[in-house]
Amino acid sequence: MSHYQKKTKVLGLALLVLAVAGPRPTQADEFTEADVQRWQRQFMSVANEGRRLWTSAELGNNGVACVQCHPNASNTHPETYPKFQQQLGKVVPVWEMINWCIRNPLEGQPLAADDPKMTALQAYITYERRGVKLEPGKH
Amino acid sequence: MNTINRSRRQFIKNAGALALGSALPVSLVELAFAESSQNFSFAYISDAHIQHIKDNRFVRNWDRGLIRAVAETNLLVPKPDFVVFGGDLAQLGNKPELDHGAEILSGLKYKIHYVMGEHDYYLDLGEYWQELFGPQYYSFDHKGVHFIALNSILTYDEWTHNRWPTDEQRMLEMAMLDNPNGSPFMVGAEQLLWLKKDLARIDSATPIVVFSHSPLQKIFKNWNFWTEDAEQVQALLQPFNKVSVIYGHVHQIQYNQVGNISFNSVMATAWPWPYPPTYAHAEQYLPKLIVPMNRADPFFERDGTGWQLINLGNGNVDMEYLLYNNRGRSVRYHREQNRPEDVDFQHESARIPPQIHY
Repeated sequence: MSHYQKKTKVLGLALLVLAVAGPRPTQADEFTEADVQRWQRQFMSVANEGRRLWTSAELGNNGVACVQCHPNASNTHPETYPKFQQQLGKVVPVWEMINWCIRNPLEGQPLAADDPKMTALQAYITYERRGVKLEPGKH
Repeated sequence: MNTINRSRRQFIKNAGALALGSALPVSLVELAFAESSQNFSFAYISDAHIQHIKDNRFVRNWDRGLIRAVAETNLLVPKPDFVVFGGDLAQLGNKPELDHGAEILSGLKYKIHYVMGEHDYYLDLGEYWQELFGPQYYSFDHKGVHFIALNSILTYDEWTHNRWPTDEQRMLEMAMLDNPNGSPFMVGAEQLLWLKKDLARIDSATPIVVFSHSPLQKIFKNWNFWTEDAEQVQALLQPFNKVSVIYGHVHQIQYNQVGNISFNSVMATAWPWPYPPTYAHAEQYLPKLIVPMNRADPFFERDGTGWQLINLGNGNVDMEYLLYNNRGRSVRYHREQNRPEDVDFQHESARIPPQIHY
């Protein structure tokens, strides 16, 4: 590597640091196809982790897995939440219903709303409903 | 009248051995017989999925479903001639599960005929099940009806024998309904040959009733609501005037008519399953005739589960679904339409909102 190439590389690195650290008013919305693919891969890795959890016994204490009652996450209807659950007496987001299932049929401990496992479960069940129209509140 | 007189269904309280100190509602079904010598009924219990946790612990929820079916079936008046258990007694086919299930079923006061399910089979290829319950496929005659039980959950030899590192792994793979690494069910060449021979001695006017675990029709391959060689089985059955196939596995109400063959599914005692069209990403062929069961409410642990009483007085299946947390359903053979129909909900205008699945 020549001295010139090294210098350019150092300069490039410095610019990159600046770009990340400071505002880039003229390029705020630009991203590449490669970025899109990378983000999609990020999503799919989380959705796949959700599928792994869905089919495993580790969310509960009695060996029961979500998939036993919900093959392909059917009958979970994430596209209808938040919605009124008459047994809870209020409108709830889907993660509260997921926790209901973890506590009852799975006899497990509920997850925090922002637990990465909860995010993964929601990513998976929503992915299985891709293309189905949003119908919040539907019963 | 050969049908169940549902107006006489009633609740009884604190029934005999079941007295628990408080009111225990139990559906009591009475049959109205015209020619009592010809008519008979049998009960059908299926898909208990008894699941071992550890030591002497089993999943309470699934246990309760089977225990309740046994208790209620024992209270039937008049008594059914026998009981069929339609397969998937166990969840992962191991001895503790099959033993525990057999112990619960031993409370039945009737002769039991057993059908093999995939959850009973894929750990040891049915060896222990066979030790407990007898042959994997067989036939018998009862009051002029020829009954056949098939093991319809076999699959390709390569999948069964050469694909998985352990028997436990094979069982887990087949136990997962929506597993893309699963394999379609089939009756197989050996049993088809046996069936052909078995039917050769039967007169075509004799009513035939076939018990299988999987539907002997192709509905949804993704969840193995499917039998790969269904057409070959159907071809052997078509020459007979009255044929009924009763199957488990699907954990939901299904019925259909293909030529002379009526199909009726039974409910699980363990848990209900969604209908195939609720999954948006795989092809399905759910028969249009079906009025679905109600969408189950998970807040009621036993909703969407139950057992069946079957009246065979006319040589066709009249199916009464006894549902633990829900109004019962009646799917009876309609003699003018020549197909099973729901007594209350068949017409489009009679349907109720919980029967809409999406």
